[in-house]
Amino acid sequence: MKALQSILLPVAASLVAIAIGAILVAALGYNPVSVYGSLISGAFGSLGNLGNTLTASLPLIIIGLGIALSFQSGLFNIGADGQYWIGATAAVWVGYHFTSLPGWLHMLLCLAAGMVAGALWAGVIPGLTKAFVGAHEVITTMMMSYIAILFARYLIEGGPMQEKGYIPQSPLIASNTQFPYFTQGFARSQLSPISMLIAALAVLVAWFLLYKTTLGFSLRSVGLNPRAAKYAGIRVKLYIIIALALSGLFAGLAGAVQMLGVDHQLLDGFSSNYGYTAIVVALLARNNPLAVVISGLFFGALTTGGQNMQIVSNVPASLTNVLTGLIIFFVGCERIIPQVIGWYRRRRSARAQTPAS
Amino acid sequence: MEPVLEVVDLKKWFPGVKANDGVNLTVHAGEVHAILGENGAGKSTLMKVIYGLLEPTSGEIRLFGQPVHFRSPRDAILAGIGMVHQHFMLIPALTVAENVVLGDEPGGVRFDRREAVRRVRELSERYGLAIDPNAKVGDLTVGLQQRVEILKAFYRKARVLILDEPTALLTPQETRELFNIIRALKAEGVPVLFISHKLDEVLEISDRVTVMRAGKTVETLETKGATPQMLANLMVGREVVLRVEKPPMEAGPPVLEVRNLRVRSADRHERVKGVTLTVRRGEILGIAGIDGNGQFELADAIAGLLRAEAGQIVLDGRDITHLSPAERTQLGIAYVPQDRQLDGLVLSFDLASNIILRDFRRPPFSRRGILNRRAAESYAKRLIEAFDVRPPDFRRKASELSGGNQQKVILAREVSRDPLILLAAQPTRGLDVGAIEGVHRQLVRLRNEGKAVLLISLELDEILSLSDRIAVMHDGEIVGVVDRAEATREQLGLMMTGRRAKEGTA
Amino acid sequence: MIFSNPEIWALTLSMAIPLALPAVGGTFSERTGVVNIAMEGIMLIGAFFGVAFSYWTGNAWVGLFAAIVCGALTALALAWGAIHVSADQTVLGMGINIFAAGLTTFLLNTLFGYNGTPVNTPKLPSVSIPGLDHIPYIGVIFTNQSVLVYVGIVLIFLSHWFLFSTRLGLRMRSVGENPLAADTLGIPVWRLRYLGVVLSGVFSAIGGAYLSIGILNGFTSNMTSGRGYIALAAMIFGKWTPLGSFGAALIFGFSTALGIVLQGHGVSSNILQMIPYALTILALTGLIGRSTPPAADGIPYEPRR
Repeated sequence: MKALQSILLPVAASLVAIAIGAILVAALGYNPVSVYGSLISGAFGSLGNLGNTLTASLPLIIIGLGIALSFQSGLFNIGADGQYWIGATAAVWVGYHFTSLPGWLHMLLCLAAGMVAGALWAGVIPGLTKAFVGAHEVITTMMMSYIAILFARYLIEGGPMQEKGYIPQSPLIASNTQFPYFTQGFARSQLSPISMLIAALAVLVAWFLLYKTTLGFSLRSVGLNPRAAKYAGIRVKLYIIIALALSGLFAGLAGAVQMLGVDHQLLDGFSSNYGYTAIVVALLARNNPLAVVISGLFFGALTTGGQNMQIVSNVPASLTNVLTGLIIFFVGCERIIPQVIGWYRRRRSARAQTPAS
Repeated sequence: MEPVLEVVDLKKWFPGVKANDGVNLTVHAGEVHAILGENGAGKSTLMKVIYGLLEPTSGEIRLFGQPVHFRSPRDAILAGIGMVHQHFMLIPALTVAENVVLGDEPGGVRFDRREAVRRVRELSERYGLAIDPNAKVGDLTVGLQQRVEILKAFYRKARVLILDEPTALLTPQETRELFNIIRALKAEGVPVLFISHKLDEVLEISDRVTVMRAGKTVETLETKGATPQMLANLMVGREVVLRVEKPPMEAGPPVLEVRNLRVRSADRHERVKGVTLTVRRGEILGIAGIDGNGQFELADAIAGLLRAEAGQIVLDGRDITHLSPAERTQLGIAYVPQDRQLDGLVLSFDLASNIILRDFRRPPFSRRGILNRRAAESYAKRLIEAFDVRPPDFRRKASELSGGNQQKVILAREVSRDPLILLAAQPTRGLDVGAIEGVHRQLVRLRNEGKAVLLISLELDEILSLSDRIAVMHDGEIVGVVDRAEATREQLGLMMTGRRAKEGTA
Repeated sequence: MIFSNPEIWALTLSMAIPLALPAVGGTFSERTGVVNIAMEGIMLIGAFFGVAFSYWTGNAWVGLFAAIVCGALTALALAWGAIHVSADQTVLGMGINIFAAGLTTFLLNTLFGYNGTPVNTPKLPSVSIPGLDHIPYIGVIFTNQSVLVYVGIVLIFLSHWFLFSTRLGLRMRSVGENPLAADTLGIPVWRLRYLGVVLSGVFSAIGGAYLSIGILNGFTSNMTSGRGYIALAAMIFGKWTPLGSFGAALIFGFSTALGIVLQGHGVSSNILQMIPYALTILALTGLIGRSTPPAADGIPYEPRR
């Protein structure tokens, strides 16, 4: 019953959002069925499209894991976007230095740099200030996120990572650090088997860490009841820092994977918003690492499907953001369900009592 | 003279609990009327009913002869009831004047601050409540904050003032000042209802006193003719103490020694002021005392959850004063905390996880940081069976269990760790009779096995029926330690109010 | 020397207004106890509908009015979720931000196509203050600024007075500090929280409209570019007071203006733009005068039954 409810709620929220989207589209004179049809075919219609969907899903999944982990530890890491970009920046920097290293080692070093950078970005300032002076992590991670993006932009706009060109950009990473793409099947997409492998590993690691290790046990205890955690001998402040650092680590890893697998360099823009969509991914998955895969795919499909929808049906891709926003709002309002049930019960019991009194 | 406030045969029943079960009370103009009773006697339920926070099951409240039915505190305020809660309803960020006039401010659109200050100043002069209307409430001492609450009541034209445990958080100096205020109010003709469990204060300040016990008002008498002994007897009653079968035991060597321990609570108040005590193998040492006298902070400090400001804690000959909670657990301290839902359990975890909550870092429950769920499950299964936890399913979340079964889970976890000493803080709070018996049996079994038990309870009956020795705590200090065989309820009742034992064996 | 050029001060003021207005709005919301991170989204709503109605009716003032109405309606959704449903206010705010970014871009492209809003959209007038604009040196600050700059300044001072000198303001603050205490004194907690949140919508929408029909006369996708979040920072840095927020917005606006003026002088505007965020973290950690939020900020209040 409880498990069923935890699946039904996100599904219901998504369906309501899709329905509202349909009304919006219809009101503007489009045919909702063909619009959503083009969205679905754009996401899954061919192997190439499916490849694009998977490519778009991977960063969402990896960041979403970290966010789920922070939520399970009772913390709201809203600044994953910045941690993602800091991880990407570190990976790119390492990627065009140390070119004498063997390719596989160089790749690993890039990934490690991304993870460390993301972990430090979330763990040091937001983590320490939360643990020791109680500064709210929503604000600190958000502020740090903007600082990260401005810092990365500075690096390629007149800073030490700038490469000559018409637009601000960094040098390309060494070609032997770039992940190879599928040569068949998904050939037309930028999907790499290595990225998929890393994402799959990340899911397993996150799941194992949360549910099978003493570290995860401690984190979840702190998230659910810090007082009981203290009573159980868990050092609450330490685990607050660890939780934020781990959360940043996943975001940083996502940045590194994206650089090595897709972008190969920092480019002006920094407007992927992966870090924000990933919050929705985690919320919709109710912070379960395995469910993050499904909700990550859902939002990845929304992104790629939206681009196809714009081309085929001439409906702007930003419709998918409307849907995303609505879904997050409705999932946020989940407490309406017990409230409605409670209200109904009270009404019934009030009616039952009235004749007696 | 017409009574100001009358309570007639008031009953307030909760499912399973008769919190008020026949309360009768008459307060006259110009008198200070005390309500005296132990914790759990039903005093605060009565206050909530009078103030419109709870609706009575039956009975009547009359104000100046008129029956009244309050649906919210607002109704009560409008009718002229002024209440000063034990926990103040103040807004620390605002000034005294703002707090007092809030909800009924002078001015039109604009808030006439000057007028507010003037009115508050006038009120404070009239009632002798010296205070700076422009001070920020958050910067005031507790005693001054209480004055703000009293001013709030009079600003709303209170015709009767109810003070709920008003001295609980005050220093002796502040208490004296409060009493002066109460006398001044009495001179003004304002009736004051003074709720307290402190004998001395009741004797000092009240004209008449009504004693409550087990939800009923027992007797109302003139304070002038009352003696402390008389009131103490009325307060604790003379019912037969629940007997627990307990073979005589020779207490062994000391297990826990606490020396000159000083502890501050989380809100930085010093709550334990130099406590020294010893618990031996094979004994239950009961700590009696009224709530808020430092006994729970003492337990937290022994368990390592609060830091010792000074003094020493020695477990089995080893100084553990500066060890972490985890290390103390490992060395053999088991702890049933006062608030089982807030401290003792992670309610959303299943029973298996809750049962290993204090040991998950150790084999067999984990090795090298990897949990062994199977070990946890088989262990949980065993404990659930042994302690008859219902439903017997380790996959259930702790939140799905009744209070009694939650407590069984905690006890099972703590007792089965083969500790040297068990700290049990209010282990039967809120449990039904059957569950209470079960908990008591476990404590005695532990003692019979030669372990030490430190039992902290606000229920004198529980202390009397279980303890081998009884230490009484008052205001952060041990007033005295007496053998159970020599202890009487009356003597303990007096000690709980801070009077030294006449022939204490401390 | 750059600072002796009064243009930078005029630019500072013009950059500060779209930060200060949503910051003051957020102050209203959080002072009554509802955490509001949705200023960015509501600004976008205000900016878009301001332009749309300005174009459709040919009257920028109608556009401003429409912006206010749409902003208030969006805030109403946040208020309902936060107050009636007791939902997580941060989650709701995020949802609104993503929704608003999507909706405004979507409507921009469906209603006006992909070439942007029409160039003949009317904008609100820019005015100089007679008398002040002729004062040497500082005159330029009050020359040819959007009318919303002056309206905004008046609103900010009015807000400060309202929050700290009126009866309603006192009650609103009490609700954000200790709703239970306020409730027992008969103060309608929920109604005042609705008022606070809706006011935040109104102010944020004006801030958005200032960008789209005050300075410019068109809407571009995500044109607020994070100002709603800087406003959040300004609100915190200004210690949850309207004048404090304005002061913080001026500091932040100055760092933006400096970035514009110093372009090509070897100082990175990116680094200058970090200042608001860094200052906010410092303020939260207590290194430069601790900022403490209202005591009941973010905590839903469920009245007794």
